[in-house]
Amino acid sequence: MQNPYQPYPVRIDEVIDAVEDKSLKTFRFVFLNPEDEEKFSYRAGQFAELSVTGQGEIPIGIASSPTEKGFIMFTVFKVGKVTSYLHNMKAGDIMGVRGPMGNWYPWDSLEGKNIVIIGGGFAFTTLRSSIVYMLDSANRSKFKDIHVIYGARMPGLLLYRDELYEWEKRDDIHMHITVDGTDDPDWKYNVGFVPTITEQKAPSADADTCAIVCGPPIMIKFTLPVLENLGYSHDQIIMSLENRMKCGIGMCGRCNIGKEFVCKDGPVFTMDQLSQTPREY
Amino acid sequence: MKIVKIDKTDWSAGLQRSRESYRLVGPIKGENDDFAGIRELGEGEEPDLTATDTVLSPKSIVYPQSEIMFEYTTDKDSPDANLLIRPEKNYSPCAVVGIRPYDAAAFLLVRKNFDTPEYRDPYWCDAYEASTFIGLAVNRPDSTDFSTSTGSGPFSEKGLDALLVDTGDHYLAKLITEKGEAYVKAAGWKTEADPDTALKQIEEMKAVAEARISSAVAFENIRKKTILELYEADFWEDIAFSCINCGTCTYLCPTCWCFDIQDENRGTNGIRYKNWDSCMYPLFSLHGSGHNPRGTKVMRVRQRFMHKLKYFLDKYDDGIMCVGCGRCVRSCPVNIDIRRVCDIMNSYGTVENACTV
Repeated sequence: MQNPYQPYPVRIDEVIDAVEDKSLKTFRFVFLNPEDEEKFSYRAGQFAELSVTGQGEIPIGIASSPTEKGFIMFTVFKVGKVTSYLHNMKAGDIMGVRGPMGNWYPWDSLEGKNIVIIGGGFAFTTLRSSIVYMLDSANRSKFKDIHVIYGARMPGLLLYRDELYEWEKRDDIHMHITVDGTDDPDWKYNVGFVPTITEQKAPSADADTCAIVCGPPIMIKFTLPVLENLGYSHDQIIMSLENRMKCGIGMCGRCNIGKEFVCKDGPVFTMDQLSQTPREY
Repeated sequence: MKIVKIDKTDWSAGLQRSRESYRLVGPIKGENDDFAGIRELGEGEEPDLTATDTVLSPKSIVYPQSEIMFEYTTDKDSPDANLLIRPEKNYSPCAVVGIRPYDAAAFLLVRKNFDTPEYRDPYWCDAYEASTFIGLAVNRPDSTDFSTSTGSGPFSEKGLDALLVDTGDHYLAKLITEKGEAYVKAAGWKTEADPDTALKQIEEMKAVAEARISSAVAFENIRKKTILELYEADFWEDIAFSCINCGTCTYLCPTCWCFDIQDENRGTNGIRYKNWDSCMYPLFSLHGSGHNPRGTKVMRVRQRFMHKLKYFLDKYDDGIMCVGCGRCVRSCPVNIDIRRVCDIMNSYGTVENACTV
């Protein structure tokens, strides 16, 4: 068994400003050893530890989709020591990636269902992975209607804007992009908070519909009652958690919510599961 | 079951013979030590079998307080720039002589965390697998020992490769595993005791030792309660009231395993370390955003006891994450007693408990 603390060496292939205020950057990595890409076989919803030698490691959701080959992609918010250092790194620099880690959105049981994706702010990374995965020509027929409700404070803070606008034009996905407010007279999409737009645009639940919700606590707090009103039961609401992590493999002991480790037993939980654990997240 | 009789006059010579194929680890109080500890013994040093009840548990044998995971250079001119390299470490056979039975049992509990079907922590597992545990039965357990009620005990063989019983002028060595047999063979102790007589003597001594243990914990009702029932119980403020979050209990506990990972640099060279951490500290769970899911002392105290006495119990269905060594009871500066906490949790919501309030 390989050393689970040993990162795969990667080269930064490209660094992209992800939002206008530059608080988030998207990093594309290429594996130094091509065989490592095969070992790093992941599903949408998983995360990895980005390892910056001499600085430390950070757990970040995988933003690329398993259907995209030749690279992996992460979008990182500048918040602490490692992320600040990482934001100053350049294409060509060598660092490490450890993973993939955790569970994923329950793709096997989601097949044949309507999928409603609800995201807010920069918690859209593994949701992007999921959308790209579902829209892949090999996978699209496995799912029924796909709705995406995604909001940010203003247009410049939406992640993956070019892709959002491309998806908006497609007829096999219902996009509901929104911003809290904007003074842009050319803004063609919704204005309003995510819970409000969810109320207006999300389909009512039937037995074949599931919602995946990722966002800041305040968005989650006001979105859940909306989904309940629309008839979603707690096992039809899927969420992804974050906690402070170090090992990422269920050993170092800090990210637990009750007996579950967010890093290994999660990060994906249904509302039903979360209602039975302490709210230590 | 083979039992070997070791005359105490042949003890030192046997240890010396075993050094040809084993590194020796054991309890010792060196000249400059404040208290006895378990560590690798240097040339001429012998395990002090009167000092087996060390203040710190022997977990550091397998799980050092600070351990090098990787070395690296950030020098961009080096071909290995930014690559992490695990340094060589001595994992040759090592005999831990004089470990207490409950401390050996603790390794079995901790192993559940570090040796899983999905991942294997190579640092912990390599050191554990290199070790042979030669335990010393506890003839006179002290007042804080409650090991019998945790599934261990003063003569428990759990996690041991051989058990030494001190009968006065000789030791009886009960050989439990092949590893234990191999060690005794390497030490050249060959005199086989008559198994029936020896076993009878050991059983009698065991009964006397176990009878000396005056405290116990029960967790049958903890098992029946849900996690949330206990988590939301009203006693946590009271339990945590005097706690100063010093972390002493977590450092000396043989079953506490939480750790941190840190990079430390000197110039362009550096080391990625694995260090003991403690759930008693706010930084343990602090988010980058400033949010802390266990932001108060009460939450952290609750986490420690819930982890040991409920989460672990539910997760593995193999008892609690405590071997009853009593170290935390003895060393807690504010006298928090895990036996009492366990009792409060176990009797929570029962009729009996309602009457005693």
